[in-house]
Amino acid sequence: MKLRRSATPVVVEDPSSTSPVLRVRDLRTYLYTRWGTTRAVDGVSFDVEAGETLGIVGESGSGKSMLALSLVRLTPEPAARNVSGSVHVGGTDLLQLTERQMRSVRGRDIAMILQDPHQSLNPVFTVGDQLREALRSHNTGVNRRTANERAIQGLEDVGVPAPEGRMRNYPHELSGGMKQRIVGAMALAYDPKVLIADEPTTALDVTIQAQYLQLLKDVQVRTNVALIVITHDFGVIAQSCDRVAVMYAGRIVEHGPVDEIFDKPRHPYTRALLDSRPRSDVRMDRLATIRGQPPSLTDLPRGCRFADRCPYVVDHCRKEYPETVQTSGSHSAACWRVEEI
Amino acid sequence: MSFRRSTPRLLTARETPSLSGGSEVDALSDAPRSDDPDRPRRKWSRRRRGSRLPWVPLFIIVFVLILPAILAPWLTPHDPLRGELGDRLIPPVWMSGGDSEFLLGTDKQGRDVLTRILYGARISLIVSAVAIVIGTVVGSTLGLLAGFYGGIIDRVVSWLVDTFLSLPVVLLALVIVSAIGPSFITIISIISVTIWAVFARQIRGETLSVRESDYVARARVAGASDLRIIVRHVLPNVANTLVVLATLQVGVVILEESSLSFIGAGIPRPQPSWGVMVADGRELILSAWWLTLFPGLAILLVVLSLNLVGDWLRDFMDPQTRQGR
Repeated sequence: MKLRRSATPVVVEDPSSTSPVLRVRDLRTYLYTRWGTTRAVDGVSFDVEAGETLGIVGESGSGKSMLALSLVRLTPEPAARNVSGSVHVGGTDLLQLTERQMRSVRGRDIAMILQDPHQSLNPVFTVGDQLREALRSHNTGVNRRTANERAIQGLEDVGVPAPEGRMRNYPHELSGGMKQRIVGAMALAYDPKVLIADEPTTALDVTIQAQYLQLLKDVQVRTNVALIVITHDFGVIAQSCDRVAVMYAGRIVEHGPVDEIFDKPRHPYTRALLDSRPRSDVRMDRLATIRGQPPSLTDLPRGCRFADRCPYVVDHCRKEYPETVQTSGSHSAACWRVEEI
Repeated sequence: MSFRRSTPRLLTARETPSLSGGSEVDALSDAPRSDDPDRPRRKWSRRRRGSRLPWVPLFIIVFVLILPAILAPWLTPHDPLRGELGDRLIPPVWMSGGDSEFLLGTDKQGRDVLTRILYGARISLIVSAVAIVIGTVVGSTLGLLAGFYGGIIDRVVSWLVDTFLSLPVVLLALVIVSAIGPSFITIISIISVTIWAVFARQIRGETLSVRESDYVARARVAGASDLRIIVRHVLPNVANTLVVLATLQVGVVILEESSLSFIGAGIPRPQPSWGVMVADGRELILSAWWLTLFPGLAILLVVLSLNLVGDWLRDFMDPQTRQGR
């Protein structure tokens, strides 16, 4: 579908869209605890292009949040260690930077929105204080007055009504949706190339959720930011993403365009996940579940990690981890029986 | 009906701070007030929210501690250290034999009790101010570092805190004073050394929880350095604790200074420390009770007021209740 790899480019494209803004290759983050080594992120690769939204979906403990933290190198020290891989943002490998260099990348090239807006704002400062602080935190010579103007502009950009008034509010005076917008404005303060949203809407109620996802889209259209949305909610994926990566036990098991994943899931895990959604078009008395538990990340099986819960399991699945198979242009799945499913 | 009933309850529970008087809450409620199940709770919360400026304690602090400390020489014609032996043991002015020149009476060396109390405020204030500043700066710095970085720093600081908090202050003071003699510097050092640990422990605990908060994580994601996070995010969040604790500790320090002075390990005589005055009046307590009562009352009132102001500050500094004032 995407023609960017065709041998003879007819149209000269904008150079930023020809190579992905974020290129992650074989990223591995292990947690070393006294109970053993937890392979939270275990060989993850993906690209995100400018203006594109990648959804990362998976159940609790599948390593999606640890993946997000690995991208900005804020995994909990000293337990977590990045073992291998690379994270290229616009050509530089973040994993090779010193901590000092990394600090100037965070917030400027790669920004993040955290899960709970009620916790993400400092309760003792007004919204204005915090926005100005965010705008000045990189010592880029923004003076007080411009910081103020840019803060108000930033609030307007994320659809906060009457931004001058909001600047004087304390976080506890605002609603969750409003706070999350403000957190968004702070994340966008430096016009980042990559924005990671870790469960941005879990703490919001459903209508506000939809509004917020729409807002992220609008912002993306305007700024051409590459967006990564981490969630466990396929509804959020359907509303906001271009592509989806399904994570299971630290690895991406299936990766492809949203429509294809929803219509023709090729990995049994994705299929099982989609089947366990509540649906309005099918009458059901009980939600389908996936039997069993995800494997312990400290003691992973040699073969496919989903084998014990998979209805399609064959002997070979338990012996060797499946190769990732390209099933169509940009759709891939890691399953031995991908052709049959 | 059930929905309408739940509305005022929600407002009460959330303690909407802009509703200052509580009358707005009542206006929104259409349930009869008498059978409101949240009535006792609302009463309690109103008392908490009704933390108006504590005028009486502030008045006492200003007029018994701060103003006398600054203005003592201008407030009284008498010398705090020297008295006329002919004026000895004059009772307070309202007693028979009282003299209007000595409002609260004189001690056995003929020194005016009121004058000595006024000058004593100066000693109490200087000792507590210096000790609190040292204790706050040292204690909160170490507490912030220990709480924020954890690991070996935390273990060393926590060990020091435990050690210093288990020192018996009075014995320590007695030993040091008997070795190098009582002086202003000695008493300030002893008190500072013992109170920094209180600050360090409290601030460390608060820092631990602030460190884990999402806004610190967010600041990190935004590329803030450790120093910036500590100064801009952690410190402001522990600052109210710090202010409240410092206020309460002023009371503790005044008590400590008085106790040490009382047993002779504090401010050297003839300096008019309140503790020294109580100690000196002790042997005459049955005949010249004013020697003990008035300095004792000064200690009691000032420490009590400081504690009340500290309590009020704790409510006031909470950003959840600060608004609407």
